[in-house]
Amino acid sequence: MDTQNISLLEGREKQVYEKKQGADQIDIACDTTSLSGSVSQRACVFCGSRVVLYPVADAIHIVHGPIGCAAYTWDIRGAVSSGPELHRLSFSTDLQEMDVIYGGEKKLYRSLIELIDQYQPNAAFIYSTCIIGLIGDDIEAVCKKVAKEKGIPVMPVHSEGFKGTKKDGYKAACTALMKLIGTGSTEGISKYSINILGEFNLAGEAWIIREYYEKMGIEVVATMTGDGRIEAIKRSHGAALNVVQCSGSMTSLAKEMEEKYGIPYIRVSYFGFEDMSKSLYDVAALFPDRPEIMEKAKEIVRDEIRQYYPEMQKFKSALTGKKAAIYVGGAFKTFSLIKALRTIGMSVVLAGSQTGNKDDYSRLKEMCDEGTVIVDDSNPVELSKFILEKEADLLIGGVKERPIAFKLGVGFCDHNHERKIPLAGFVGMYNFAKEVYESVMSPVWQFAPRKGGLS
Amino acid sequence: MLLRHTTTEVKEREGLTINPAKTCQPVGAMYAALGIHGCLPHSHGSQGCCSYHRSTLTRHYKEPVMAATSSFTEGASVFGGQANLLASIETIFSVYDPDIIAVHSTCLSETIGDDLQQITRKAKDDGKIPEGKYVIYASTPSFVGSHITGYANMVTGMAEQFAESTGEKKNQINIVAGWMEPSDMREIKRLSKEMGVKIVLFPDTSDVLDAPQTGKHEFYPKGGVTIEELKSTGDSKFSLALGCISAEPGAIALEKKCKVPFETLDMPIGLSATDRFIMSLSKAAGVPVPAEITSERGRLVDVMADMEQYFHGKKVALFGDPDQLIPLTEFLLDLNMKPVHIVSGTPGNRFEKRMQEVLERIPGANFKNGQCADMFLLHQWIKNEPVDLLIGNTYGKYIARDEDIPFVRFGFPILDRIGHSYFPSVGYSGGLRLAEKILSVLMDQQDRTALEEKFELVM
Repeated sequence: MDTQNISLLEGREKQVYEKKQGADQIDIACDTTSLSGSVSQRACVFCGSRVVLYPVADAIHIVHGPIGCAAYTWDIRGAVSSGPELHRLSFSTDLQEMDVIYGGEKKLYRSLIELIDQYQPNAAFIYSTCIIGLIGDDIEAVCKKVAKEKGIPVMPVHSEGFKGTKKDGYKAACTALMKLIGTGSTEGISKYSINILGEFNLAGEAWIIREYYEKMGIEVVATMTGDGRIEAIKRSHGAALNVVQCSGSMTSLAKEMEEKYGIPYIRVSYFGFEDMSKSLYDVAALFPDRPEIMEKAKEIVRDEIRQYYPEMQKFKSALTGKKAAIYVGGAFKTFSLIKALRTIGMSVVLAGSQTGNKDDYSRLKEMCDEGTVIVDDSNPVELSKFILEKEADLLIGGVKERPIAFKLGVGFCDHNHERKIPLAGFVGMYNFAKEVYESVMSPVWQFAPRKGGLS
Repeated sequence: MLLRHTTTEVKEREGLTINPAKTCQPVGAMYAALGIHGCLPHSHGSQGCCSYHRSTLTRHYKEPVMAATSSFTEGASVFGGQANLLASIETIFSVYDPDIIAVHSTCLSETIGDDLQQITRKAKDDGKIPEGKYVIYASTPSFVGSHITGYANMVTGMAEQFAESTGEKKNQINIVAGWMEPSDMREIKRLSKEMGVKIVLFPDTSDVLDAPQTGKHEFYPKGGVTIEELKSTGDSKFSLALGCISAEPGAIALEKKCKVPFETLDMPIGLSATDRFIMSLSKAAGVPVPAEITSERGRLVDVMADMEQYFHGKKVALFGDPDQLIPLTEFLLDLNMKPVHIVSGTPGNRFEKRMQEVLERIPGANFKNGQCADMFLLHQWIKNEPVDLLIGNTYGKYIARDEDIPFVRFGFPILDRIGHSYFPSVGYSGGLRLAEKILSVLMDQQDRTALEEKFELVM
């Protein structure tokens, strides 16, 4: 079957929208589970929890279930740590048939004791997988018992794969984090302080962001969860403000912290000059009694843009008029990417996300140009179809999207776990532009049949 | 030192697995199903399973990997997944239009108790399977065996559910492929063609997971064993199963259903195992071994002789999947190396039995498979008895780096190199490639670490 000749997946009409004159109001059916039988690019609850908590580097993360869930999530996310690296190991109770019949609590208990003795972590996260929800292991009780015996926090993460979407997994992760928050001392925390939420330190991005804020004279109490540490999370309720990126994963935590500890939060994005600058200004504006914070923010923005902007003109002149397709996890990232791509002269012909909500899609519609296709929970057939129809030169996506782009003969930029260079911050925008340039302008595409190669 | 916590003292662990040397059944079933032409694998479980398997296969092959999922929800888990699977079958045929759907189960659907045979029968009875189309299935609970078990179960499903005997024997040989790369399958076909033997190789992922760039995304690439070929396996005069764990169950199924006699061989990795494969194929088909193949063999022996001086006595640790480890260990012995530590996460007595036979010459060699036979244990063994070479999938790179051991990537998954799906490891040419890779890493290490006065031009 040739993907060009395929009609839109039945039952998918409500999740695809093309912005053009006379088109109906956008009313994308999102926040739903995928159609049974679709080749969805989405993952599960467990995946959501695992990616959020994964970067906490001084805790052990044990996956309670059969081996697969632990094997597939072993060190696949380049969330770097400046110290301990317990998060990069794979621990599993490797449940067998007998455990499924008789229950896995004892095995979990023994595994936890063995692990804690061996690795001396500062905390432990226990992820329950699909069948734990069915066989009814009381992991809360096991966690309590082990916490008492070993004197460290042991948090259950209720992440049974089938109990919702990836977003529910984010929530379960936040619930586990909430159990830690508030248990540490807030002594000595400055009133000019923040937590960085929803930044996972892929390729060291959290370090870049942290440095900007510190240069502004702001204390960063905790990053959640990039380069995360248990002690910092425990005292994070002492911060004056929560700065939330990747809205999908961490907004619920910010809301809970607001309710419980009265900490306000703002949503930001660190991708692209425009949003990056705004995320510094927005934070500075919330500390009006110390104007030097804003002054410093302006100085950082000025210096950074002065450094990178001229170099980017080369990329811009080559890329102007080229077209991009975006299919990423969260919708918030899509907004930033559209702006970032415009900075380098590119337009967006397809924009989509796995987990956007109605508000996200309305906003997306506002931002997009005429003719742009907007999709929720897309699949390879649709992506291929629109990329070819709209003659995109670039696809921005994750691991499963890359080979599709290459088969179609278009460039690709990984804006997911597999990015190898920081894409956040001002330097990140430069890196992004460079990566897009290198991929779109690569000589290899001249050999691809689509561009007139032998075929 | 990512593995700085690994202790030298090996203690009995009660259940805990640290850094596994296996993964779960469904990914194996998905890989096998991709080796049928026009087939869409279907994961009957949560969305995450399908997504993880596709991602892992994509990382290993750098190719699009298509598969559908039943997208279980809480409701499905309470009331059973029948409705999800029936809806899936309908959606898939109407939208993705495959010739075959190959359904595999997951730990979730197995624990709920979904019966794939019954549900697929119902789909047929309800008219949800269009004329000339097929739905096959394999039960692949993640809490039993490993990815290799899942592969074997799907291969068995192909044989059981497709093979027919018309009563008229065909002059062809079935080759049941154990878990190997598309490049290996291509090489098996080339060797058979060279011998002048008509074979049906199944599964066959060549031209599926090593597809050329065409400017199109082919949802069903041109490769894969066809339904006609699979049906005809029941009329073949003999089957060769390449691998006692991942392939033999498929050959047994054919014998049971269609009385096709079979022989189980090691996967043809290295000289001796390839010799046995060529001899068995020659015998089964009643053809002589052509001169060209004898020359290929001669070239490998010649290279083995050239390399012998660098290899002898070198200690090797290896890990991965049983059907690959058995002949690889034998090949290392043929190269005069000393395999001393061998680990496979896949359970089963066959591995132990074959390893005992193969390792007769190396008393005291460590080998373990099944529960707790993981990368942590392998690392502990290496700390106790250091080695000169490590062979295994990408996950070996942590040990290789921490212990500064030359490392050859081999097996599944390989997430950080390209080439395994294009260059075979089976056959005499595969042996050449393996020997070349081994020598290169050993020599590179020597060049990198040699003192200046010992740094040699001619080696």
